[in-house]
Amino acid sequence: MLSRTAENLYWLARYVERAEYLARTIDATLRVTALPAAYIGKTNEWDSALLTAGVSASFYEAYSEANEQNVVEYLAFSPSNPSSIKNCIEAARLNSRSVRTALTSEMWDTINSAWIELQEVWGKGTSSREELAKFLRFVQETSLRFDGSAYRTMLRNDAYWFSRLGLHLERADNTARILDVKYHVLLPEEEHVGGPLDYYQWTSILRSVSALTAYHWVYRETLKPWLIADLLILNDTLPRSLASCYSNLVRNLDQIGVAYGRQGAAQRHARGVRNRLEHSHMDDIFQHGVHEFIQEFIADNARLGEIITKQYLI
Amino acid sequence: MAVAFDEMNGLGGDLRPAYQELSRWLKETPPDALEYRRQEAELLFRRIGITFAVYGEADAQERLIPFDVIPRIMSGKEWTLLEKGLKQRVKALNMFLRDIYHGRDILRANIIPDDLIFQNPVFRPEMNGQDVPHDVYVHIAGIDIIRVDADNFIVLEDNARTPSGVSYMLENREIMMRLFPDLFARHRVAPVEKYPDELLSALRSVAPLSASAEPTVALMTPGVYNSAYYEHSFLADKLGIELVEGRDLIVKNDEVFMRTTEGLKRVDVIYRRVDDDFLDPLTFRPDSALGVPGLMSAYAAGNITLANAVGTGIADDKAVYSYMPDIVKFYLSEEPILKNVPTWRCREPKDLAYVLDNLADLVVKEVHGSGGYGMLIGPAATKATIEAFRDKLKREPEGFIAQPTLALSTCPTCTASGLAPRHVDLRPFVLTGRDHVTIVPGGLTRVALKEGSLVVNSSQGGGTKDTWILDE
Repeated sequence: MLSRTAENLYWLARYVERAEYLARTIDATLRVTALPAAYIGKTNEWDSALLTAGVSASFYEAYSEANEQNVVEYLAFSPSNPSSIKNCIEAARLNSRSVRTALTSEMWDTINSAWIELQEVWGKGTSSREELAKFLRFVQETSLRFDGSAYRTMLRNDAYWFSRLGLHLERADNTARILDVKYHVLLPEEEHVGGPLDYYQWTSILRSVSALTAYHWVYRETLKPWLIADLLILNDTLPRSLASCYSNLVRNLDQIGVAYGRQGAAQRHARGVRNRLEHSHMDDIFQHGVHEFIQEFIADNARLGEIITKQYLI
Repeated sequence: MAVAFDEMNGLGGDLRPAYQELSRWLKETPPDALEYRRQEAELLFRRIGITFAVYGEADAQERLIPFDVIPRIMSGKEWTLLEKGLKQRVKALNMFLRDIYHGRDILRANIIPDDLIFQNPVFRPEMNGQDVPHDVYVHIAGIDIIRVDADNFIVLEDNARTPSGVSYMLENREIMMRLFPDLFARHRVAPVEKYPDELLSALRSVAPLSASAEPTVALMTPGVYNSAYYEHSFLADKLGIELVEGRDLIVKNDEVFMRTTEGLKRVDVIYRRVDDDFLDPLTFRPDSALGVPGLMSAYAAGNITLANAVGTGIADDKAVYSYMPDIVKFYLSEEPILKNVPTWRCREPKDLAYVLDNLADLVVKEVHGSGGYGMLIGPAATKATIEAFRDKLKREPEGFIAQPTLALSTCPTCTASGLAPRHVDLRPFVLTGRDHVTIVPGGLTRVALKEGSLVVNSSQGGGTKDTWILDE
């Protein structure tokens, strides 16, 4: 297929995934900040939201205070934030238009309808919490529909695999970013372990990767920070864990390799990252530093993006 | 202006046979049911994303072309005549182009003045002496047809460069079949769905000799911001070929390749929807980023077929148009089946004088214009507009032609105040491959939605209708 088509499919999936992640982040932050002050401590949760979205620096160029109104506006609707939800959907629509021939009509319909709704219903942003909640649901449902229609209607060929690569690469990045910002509340040696403050931080993390219920099913335990870290990093039954993302990335890259009759740097690099995840234990990770581990992962993941681009997309 | 011929009711109000069933159906169908279907159609168009862009309107980057749900109907007999005329005309167009870029018999026979060709900016000296596969220049032609009475079809314009609108012909039919299955059941409508297949086989049949037995065809678009982008992606999808932009292509050793995820892949035929000027910055406009450097040298080397060929603009130029009846006679030794609109060539002093004296009654068009831009419709224009146009005309008479305002036929159309006659034209699409010329029965009917308006262009508020050819 055309390199440009593959590139557009890859980015299309990334934009949709990112929009959903941002919606989940806002949703989770709203829940934590709605709690009485005693439960949330002194950290500014809206600042954390900006950090996990990776747009803290650009935010402070435009605003002076990270409060609910400013951050929601910036993350969800701001035209000047290149990865605001609004811009993600716009970019997804533009990408879809340039690769319409590679999309099934269901996928196109999902993106096009979302884009129309974005303008017609959400053109002026939201004016109440209820509206915002509705908007966030709309974004998450768009992503679910898109993902579902890709899964159910696309031919299993390179178009599908490149779209999945974008999805899993973005997803791995998002999960890693939450961990990067929140790793300190997961450290076992932290003083207030088990206090109400941490408890709500933990549920907030799980919620932003839609893993709160999953946690209980997997561990059948009350929330334990090291288990949360285990779930998000190493447990490959959780679709948003780093391990699961890399199982998928390796599989999709292998499928491309088989179809094209050759492997390359992307396949090797992805396998390397996956092997490291497979052979890691939470104890070791804590011992060597969660923060360092996550930082290294984020760099490795970004590197995979570059290699895929070089090998296939240009 | 004469009274318009109505395709349903003729001139005298007698229901014409092709419309009998529709008329009965319209009487049975309550008006709000029609309105409901109209809204449904609009929703479908928007959801599918069938949009076009109007240049120069900031807030209207993507718009829908209004769709009228009342079909335009022609009898099989009418179509057979039209089809014969179209084939004849396109055959002559191709022979004319071959001649202009080779022996120029027609100039030596003094049928057309030399300077009309050589002074013409759409004449491409790069094409002199260059052979194109099977002598086909215009693979896809869109011939704009109007009718003024029961018996006469008249060619308003030949589009031999990159005619658009065929996606509407196909999508209009899809949507009509979805919304009005009952109405289809009561007619025998000739299908149009073979068009993509016919187009693909025509394109493959003209692949260069150096192509493999399974030639690779691609559709080249200027990109998502082009007004006809939807159509480009629609056609690429229906043909099952790659939709490429200039940056996807690269020329190496006079062969054209596309960049794919598996490396470079040779392309043999490009159905290009990019104007000549933007094809190759090395040959044409150096400032253009849309094209492919070296494409013209691959073309000259005979390793790529461009459809339509480069330089076909000389055949749809409005001044050359006025010679079309002579062109048909010259190459085919036949009487032209389709008439031309009588045309005054402003480059000729006698004609210019007449045009200047009668501006208020004439339609004056730019020789190289299209899309309904830059024309004067005398009877509808204010005095000031006419005077301003008069100056323009005097300054550059060779840039214009003039025609009488014709009473285009009308068809029943949904309007705010119920069904009413509105003026229509028709653009059938004529495909020319190696061995034969084919036309899918029908075409794009454009309708001027404003009462009394004669301008059917989508950029000027025109709409479209499904066109039914009855299979009798």
